[in-house]
Amino acid sequence: MTADDILHVINTARSFKEISARPIKKVPTLRGKTIINFFFEPSTRTRLSFEVAAKRMSADTFNISASTSSATKGETLIDTARNLQAMAPDVIIIRHSSSGAPQLLAKNVDAAIINAGDGTHEHPSQGLLDIMTILEHKGSLEGLKIAIVGDIAHSRVAGSDIIGFNRLGANVHLAGPATFMPADADQLGVTVCEDVRDAVRDADVVMALRIQKERQKDPLIPSLREYSTFYGINNKMLQLAKDDVVVMHPGPINRGVEMSPDVADGKRSVILEQVTNGVAVRMALLYLVMGGEKTDDEQGGR
Amino acid sequence: MEKTMVLQQCRVIDPANDRDAIGDIWVRAGKIVAAETTLPENAEVYNLTGKWVVPGLIDIHVHLREPGQEYKESIETGTNAAAAGGFTAVACMPNTSPVNDNATVTRYILEKAAPCRARVYPVGAISKSSKGEGLAEFGEMKQAGIVAVTDDGMPVLDSQLMRRAMEYAKSHKLLVMSHSEEAALSRNGCMNEGLTATRLGLRGIPAAAESIMVFREAALAELTGAHVHIAHVSTKESLAVISMAKSRGVKLTAETAPHYFTLTDEAVVGYDTHAKMNPPLRSEEDRQAILAALADGTLDAIATDHAPHSVLEKNVEFNEAANGITGLETALSLSLALVREGVISEKRMVELMSVAPARILGVPGGSLAEGEVADITVIDPDAEFTFTAEESKSKGKNSPFIGWRLKGRAVMTLVSGRVQHHIE
Repeated sequence: MTADDILHVINTARSFKEISARPIKKVPTLRGKTIINFFFEPSTRTRLSFEVAAKRMSADTFNISASTSSATKGETLIDTARNLQAMAPDVIIIRHSSSGAPQLLAKNVDAAIINAGDGTHEHPSQGLLDIMTILEHKGSLEGLKIAIVGDIAHSRVAGSDIIGFNRLGANVHLAGPATFMPADADQLGVTVCEDVRDAVRDADVVMALRIQKERQKDPLIPSLREYSTFYGINNKMLQLAKDDVVVMHPGPINRGVEMSPDVADGKRSVILEQVTNGVAVRMALLYLVMGGEKTDDEQGGR
Repeated sequence: MEKTMVLQQCRVIDPANDRDAIGDIWVRAGKIVAAETTLPENAEVYNLTGKWVVPGLIDIHVHLREPGQEYKESIETGTNAAAAGGFTAVACMPNTSPVNDNATVTRYILEKAAPCRARVYPVGAISKSSKGEGLAEFGEMKQAGIVAVTDDGMPVLDSQLMRRAMEYAKSHKLLVMSHSEEAALSRNGCMNEGLTATRLGLRGIPAAAESIMVFREAALAELTGAHVHIAHVSTKESLAVISMAKSRGVKLTAETAPHYFTLTDEAVVGYDTHAKMNPPLRSEEDRQAILAALADGTLDAIATDHAPHSVLEKNVEFNEAANGITGLETALSLSLALVREGVISEKRMVELMSVAPARILGVPGGSLAEGEVADITVIDPDAEFTFTAEESKSKGKNSPFIGWRLKGRAVMTLVSGRVQHHIE
């Protein structure tokens, strides 16, 4: 997506955001359209967010999860997708543990595909809602210092945020232990900080990523306690940032690990605004891939 | 009297006999014979002006999938692909089902191969079922016809077992081949570690996963005095280790495959499972180091690691897809590209694809001297063609080179003087 594409989605989302504030939160825009939520991985907020978005636009939504799909019976992803295609959906929203699964699907079915998070690759709608939230507070991303702290290597949110923030001119700083840094991270157009304080110092935005407790098979950190001591975002750490810093988190939060509760609930936190904007961004994406103008995007829009 | 075949007016490139000149090659009764002053009446004459005649290409590293996975490839279809690609002989890896870890399986493979279009040299397993525990019966397998031992893609992780395998192989005058991979470092990885993997969100395999094991093999080869051959080298670090070992006089040889000198990990972009193999495609820096090593002799041979799979294994999520690509029908064209680019000479290419493989495996071929077996490849260096799935003889259509316009190919393949492939 170009910077213009990103801003087009967000401007569209802004126009839809108001719908969620109405007493009757429904418009007929996508009446008669069929949307399938095809979730191969557990997800609460993203799936719900897409479903709420679809219903507010009057589309018909259907949910399939890994446990109810034929994947458990040994059917391949492509076969499952082709069967869904035979039911003529307009959009398939996919969440999958394999990076690249949405691209595989797009090559094999006619419906528009929206990536709701693939492996450790990208989570484009999250990236867009993060941009929308920052824009609401800062007006522009141009020249902002944005710190992303945590397990960058395994975070698809970071994957999309880095691309989006860079396109809009922000200075992205990544911080976390080297075990959390992807290979050649310094070539992503970002600054990699060994000391988290260097990333947070004078930052306009600080985003903490969720530490995935289930990853402990591959020993990346000694303990959550030690992680929190050195890399957790707490009020003391935040004093290094700009006074008007906003604090973000893609959720769900491990309170007291990557972020202290007083920060998560504090006045700089925009975490719940991210969730609200998520619905608006997803309404915009659904609108734009069906009937609305098309964006020229391989990763997210198509 | 046996019929005589005469290959006329060709460029004979025969590095083993220091020959590169326009001339004729005479074949009778499966052997190369001296040219005579008059053509026998029943002579079969081919005018090969503009063509190269070289000792038959030998591929040290292929997977023929039989017994057990005939839906991917059979010995018949695999050797059809070999002949079409100019290979007169192939060495087949033991990871069949059952594994070639005993003389019965070895004999089965050879029996199936007997009527086929290329010679087949089975390679036996190092450990029973390639499970890394205990040695397979090298001696009996050797009597049945194996030329080397390896656990290939199930690399021997236990250094003591590898030491014993090398010692025992030496006693039976067998080559030990090593697919060098430290599995703890490569676990769950599906492409080269680096910027491209980071961008694609795919788990990377660091170069060190290979070079650590190459170093171990070099150290054990030095300790045991066994002849050890490093399969499909993909990294510059491995080449540095090999070069060091060779300078110390260690009996170490090494191969690479055409995909490692033709492509880089950027071929994975788009999640193309036809660019997934193990070891993975590496960086441009590694590719350049491989090109230099082919020229300077650090690498001894070009092998294909021909690994046919069906769409069942390949038309799936990238991290779930099987490793491996086919190679028998593209290796020569891709190597000829290096000759055109001036990376290696014609003579060096023939050394890498015929002379050295014959010597490493200890099998006939690699020479066009009188009295040698008439295993011969005729190359048209100018023939252009598009490599397509439809025309490929292999059952496996899993090649990143499908659709590529290639230049130079085998137009005739002779095994024991018999024409096994011929394009008019």
